[in-house]
Amino acid sequence: MSELDDFRAEIAAWFRDNRPPEPDFLLPESFMEVGTDAQFDYLRNWQRKIYEAGYLGMAWPVAYGGGGRPQIFQDIVNAEMVRQKTPFVPNTIGLNWAGPLILAIGTEAEKQRYIKGILNAEDIWCQGFSEPDQGSDLAASQTKATRDGDHYILNGSKIWTSLGSYAKYMILLARTNPAEPRYGGLSFFLAPMRTQGIETQPIRKLTGEYGFTQTFFRDARIPVDCLMGREGEGWKIAMMTLTFERGASGGQAGGTARLAPGVTDVVELARTARRDGRPAIDDPLMRDQLVRFLIEDQGDRLCAARGAIPALCSERPQAIPLSQKLRTSEHRHRLTQFAIGLQGANAARWVGDANAFEGGKWQRAYLNSFSSTIGGGTSQIQANIVAERVLGLPKD
Amino acid sequence: MAQLSHRIAFSDEQAMLLETATAFCREKSPIRAVRNLLGSETGFDRAVWDDMVALGWSGIAIPEQHGGSGLTLAEVATVTEPMGRHLLATPFVSTQIAVQALLHASAAQQKAILPRIAQGAIATTAMFEADGNWDLTAIETTATALRLEGAKSMVVDAGVADIFVISIRVDGAPALAILDRADLQSRILPETIIDETKRSARLDLTGIEIPAASLITGQAAREALGAIRDAALLLASAEAAGGIAGVLDVTVDYLNTRTSFGRKIGSYQSLKHACADILVGLERSRSHLYHAATLCAGNETAEIALRMAKTEACEVFAYAGDRAVQFHGGFGFTWECDAQLYLRRAMWLQYWHGDAAHHRRKLADLLLG
Repeated sequence: MSELDDFRAEIAAWFRDNRPPEPDFLLPESFMEVGTDAQFDYLRNWQRKIYEAGYLGMAWPVAYGGGGRPQIFQDIVNAEMVRQKTPFVPNTIGLNWAGPLILAIGTEAEKQRYIKGILNAEDIWCQGFSEPDQGSDLAASQTKATRDGDHYILNGSKIWTSLGSYAKYMILLARTNPAEPRYGGLSFFLAPMRTQGIETQPIRKLTGEYGFTQTFFRDARIPVDCLMGREGEGWKIAMMTLTFERGASGGQAGGTARLAPGVTDVVELARTARRDGRPAIDDPLMRDQLVRFLIEDQGDRLCAARGAIPALCSERPQAIPLSQKLRTSEHRHRLTQFAIGLQGANAARWVGDANAFEGGKWQRAYLNSFSSTIGGGTSQIQANIVAERVLGLPKD
Repeated sequence: MAQLSHRIAFSDEQAMLLETATAFCREKSPIRAVRNLLGSETGFDRAVWDDMVALGWSGIAIPEQHGGSGLTLAEVATVTEPMGRHLLATPFVSTQIAVQALLHASAAQQKAILPRIAQGAIATTAMFEADGNWDLTAIETTATALRLEGAKSMVVDAGVADIFVISIRVDGAPALAILDRADLQSRILPETIIDETKRSARLDLTGIEIPAASLITGQAAREALGAIRDAALLLASAEAAGGIAGVLDVTVDYLNTRTSFGRKIGSYQSLKHACADILVGLERSRSHLYHAATLCAGNETAEIALRMAKTEACEVFAYAGDRAVQFHGGFGFTWECDAQLYLRRAMWLQYWHGDAAHHRRKLADLLLG
């Protein structure tokens, strides 16, 4: 057996033996859905346990708290977490967006200060990009950062701040030059959340749960060394962050960020759920729909494989990557909607009902699936992007 | 549920074939050439066929000992995709499906026939009958004491084929008869089909006597029927995937040209978003296609992958053709608009060797139990 095979066996056993017991509450589906202290504590403890076992940040430098090993080891851990359907780790923005960014372009001081706390979940990170009035148009951000001696004074508001109530730091896009209305006027900050003048207001979602906040800045003073890079480089750094966010460049600390049901879970659901007095999977119309979803899911997985073969993507190299969010988020949305219908009259139950199927997780999954068809640019914007940038159709 | 493979292999040789075939089809099959052939009797251009034979394409999947290149269905699919894109009129697919069946024939039969095909003989398979059943083992045509009784339908390229592989029932079991054009004489009766770029005929077989040496029987016959189904599904997927790309080009060109209410119609989201959906379907279709081709090339079980590929590509192609007509507005309703050529091709492919609903039902049994 090779070293990697040994390692695979080691971590398979570790996750089997160390998985935390099922809680008596419904866990969130992703780091964007963490809405109660009980959920947060459970997931933070889980991340800490994985890190202390040496299975998180395995490829990050030892000097800052990482494992200093080849990336393949972390990939094996991530795959095993998916395979065993373990709970996810909550500090995703730190581990996979802010952390790799700091390691890529941060100063030595920034690396010393932030990386360890990201890994051991001591310091939770959030992201301040979107604003209430700007929708998907990030370049129009209005939150101001005004230089005043050794400080910047922040004023404005950010929205859809996942983990906003728990975060110690925020990666923040703010306007340092109001004379530059778009890209050039933006700067990037690593902002401490526990600052006078920064307040978070929980947002109640359509599911009735919490998980996001709106973050208000009212004359909040943060030290000048919170600026990352130079003034005016905010857009460039934000775009680099998005490549980490989308997984388009390596360097992430690892772990999983969600435990959302997929198409094979829906097939299993169809075996247990009943419609019209028999297992849903015996209903010919349900079978036809299930196969449609299986073909679609398989098609997207195969697109990932084909995307790695340049000769099969040469005509439109951007087609697979630029359509990825549209394909997968719409698939999940329709899939979870369909999953509810497998449950017959019980489909109308909701989270908290004693007879709700699997605690109502399918109903919740459907309503939460809007977070991917709306967040990060709506499907309608995504379709515009695909049509304009890949097919060359004219803008509106 | 069984874990599905996600592997796609694509060799340098395939990449070269794809490039060559794309350039060839663009040059030999501009849309005016497609239209010129619509009303012709044979439906194809013999000179273009000879060029394809000279390039070695007719023998791609024929073993080297019989004068071919000894490659696989994956390479055949690779050159088929651009043929579909440019609506190239050719008996290539019919011939290649027959080749896959003949690879299960006896050594003597292979030796007699495969070299002829490598050198340019056209072949086809006669599978379907009057009731339109897609099950290749549901055969009514019989041979009793080597005398045929029955008829075959939807025999593609029968009008120009030199070699026919015909499914029949002998002593109750499926078998194949390999006949020559001379054996069929006046029994080839042209049919009128929805896709005017293709040609199909009915074979009236009653009373024809066949030599015993022409038969494939037993296990070999069952394997040959399976090979015919696999090849037909893969090559239909390839033609359809190419067709989606072709009709999307036609649509996008028009949306970038035509103005209405003072703006390019491609700027309207109702049209733009349907095009994005078609592109997504094209990407998924090509991914399914080359995955299924990978499994076929490796002689792995490919039934699930093939049925998925056929379902996805043909359904997306039918949608893309339908939207192409609609988005051309009044012009789309006319004969002159090229969108109809693709839509009719899409409808032909959808109902050839099983439509999407048929394959989804089969897939449900394979995947869900």
